[in-house]
Amino acid sequence: MRFLFKTDYEDDIRLFPHSGYVFSYGILLVLLSIAPFVLSSYLVSQLVFVCIYATVGVALLILTGFTGQASLGHAAFLAIGAYTAAYLQQFNVPFPVYFLAAGLLTGVIGALVGFPALRLQGIYLVIATISFAFIVEEILARWESVTHGNEGMRIKTIQLLGTSVSRDSPAFYFLCLAVLILTIVGALNLLRSPTGRAFVAIRDSETAARSMGINVSLYKVKSFAISATITGFAGVLFAHKLSFISPEMFTLQLSIEFIIVILIGGTFSLHGAVLGAIFIVMIDPFLTYLKDDMPGMIAGVAAAFGAGSARAAHIQDSVAAFASANGLKGAIYGVIIVLFVLFEPLGLYGRWLKIKLFFQLFPLYKRATFKRQKIYVKSERNR
Amino acid sequence: MSYFRAENLSLHFGGLKAVDAVSFAVEKGEILSIIGPNGAGKSSIFNLISRIYSPTSGRIFFEDQDITEAPAYGIARLGIARTFQNIELFENATVLSNLLVGRHRHSTTQLWQELLFLPSVRSNEKAHRRRVEQVIEFLDLEPHRDKLISGLPYGVRKVIELARALCSEPKLILLDEPSSGLNVEETDDMSFWIRDMKSELGITVLMVEHDMTLVNRVSDRVIALNYGRVLAMGTPADVQVHPDVVAAYLGA
Repeated sequence: MRFLFKTDYEDDIRLFPHSGYVFSYGILLVLLSIAPFVLSSYLVSQLVFVCIYATVGVALLILTGFTGQASLGHAAFLAIGAYTAAYLQQFNVPFPVYFLAAGLLTGVIGALVGFPALRLQGIYLVIATISFAFIVEEILARWESVTHGNEGMRIKTIQLLGTSVSRDSPAFYFLCLAVLILTIVGALNLLRSPTGRAFVAIRDSETAARSMGINVSLYKVKSFAISATITGFAGVLFAHKLSFISPEMFTLQLSIEFIIVILIGGTFSLHGAVLGAIFIVMIDPFLTYLKDDMPGMIAGVAAAFGAGSARAAHIQDSVAAFASANGLKGAIYGVIIVLFVLFEPLGLYGRWLKIKLFFQLFPLYKRATFKRQKIYVKSERNR
Repeated sequence: MSYFRAENLSLHFGGLKAVDAVSFAVEKGEILSIIGPNGAGKSSIFNLISRIYSPTSGRIFFEDQDITEAPAYGIARLGIARTFQNIELFENATVLSNLLVGRHRHSTTQLWQELLFLPSVRSNEKAHRRRVEQVIEFLDLEPHRDKLISGLPYGVRKVIELARALCSEPKLILLDEPSSGLNVEETDDMSFWIRDMKSELGITVLMVEHDMTLVNRVSDRVIALNYGRVLAMGTPADVQVHPDVVAAYLGA
């Protein structure tokens, strides 16, 4: 096990505490940069989605994980970013301009959502953000002169530096990866500066934050604005990846997916956003597997155990019917959330830390290290 | 003019007069303790000063400035820091980041600078860190720097809360029962620190306290409250033998 001896205040500030971090992140970066040339186009496509979901995950972590303001409206922010891009594209606005404009507009709207949120706590804030998401969805469907309503909008390929970047090209993958990395670095910078600490202070005790001179309202609005801006950027990439957007893509289910990203990844660290994004993007292939391969496999097993061919066919049909039932995805999401909240509240990144610590401490690891103790002294009076 | 003044401060919850026309003044560099039985209105006065509550009537002045209408976050910016009776720390953050939050009123960097972590932000951070280290040294918190608050025992948390208040370099500090939940030894340490805060750091202290040993050891003056009213004011010895104070504690 490595012990760090800090000899300078710089040691508390730097992003990579020791050379081991530089090494492992360096390897990760190398792997990610050769990925599009080695992996199949399907996998690269999945990686692009991981990047986009992780970017939204980081945005949601800043708001929910670090500022403690829950939001079920991030699909709406994503939609605003996506539609701004689609709308501005019609007037031949260059990519960098509408990319920034989309982020900025989403940020302003995020700040506006933040204002009513100042007076709301916990579950009421969740309800308010859900309502916001429904309002945006409805506007997208009805404001036909701008959004083309339920017909949806096509997105042309990106024109950047005189070349066109198709949505399946390695260049698009690198663009998404760059946005993700810049977002993560920006978020890390924020978290090691006064603003990030103010966010955490608001999450843990608003009263104490106020008495330390933090303007709680201002920082909550800032947090909403930052989170929305990042989600707006992700929305532009999302629109380009799908090449077609319509209101029914930005439903409550998408907002829940984003919540799952951070819940499953772990809400206390930015690693969680990436791990959660990988997890959520993998659910779709898993569902396809359930639909395509599972019924035949189970029928095969049943036949091997002596079921007649008619019986096996019946089993295959009923399993297939179950696997392609409507709302199965939603049900799986629900089960996943419940299981994680109950058994792994620290998420995948928490599990990773536990595994790492287990090997570092090898025969001395004790499970109580991560046990959360209940504190009864905290006062609720001054909220 | 006094350094800090409360004039006819009242706080009514419906018919209940939690604080009832209380007036007092704190001189620069003194340690003033507020004592009184449970429910006397001591903590309410603190919450009025730090603007968690708004007074029903009365005014508060600090350095000849009316702060009755100032926003809650503005109080700290003026140089008034406080601790809480039941400890309000940022549970899921490290000791160091808790203390750095105390530096918030001195932070000058803009959001866009922080996003890029420009050299100015970096040097500011180091300057804050240096000040925090001085407080850590003052309160002997070296072993706990990188620990999470949620894993620390009560006595240490109490000290960290004091440290966080000191990190803001306050002119006036409000201590709400600094010794509650501490054992004899820890209370001893606390009384030394409170006196050092006055003599070494030049901080004026306003304190609510039940432990009369601590009150006697550190206070220059004492105010006794009961049912939101001032019973007696004066040196610790005088207040303790005041007939109304004796009646309030022991019954008439």
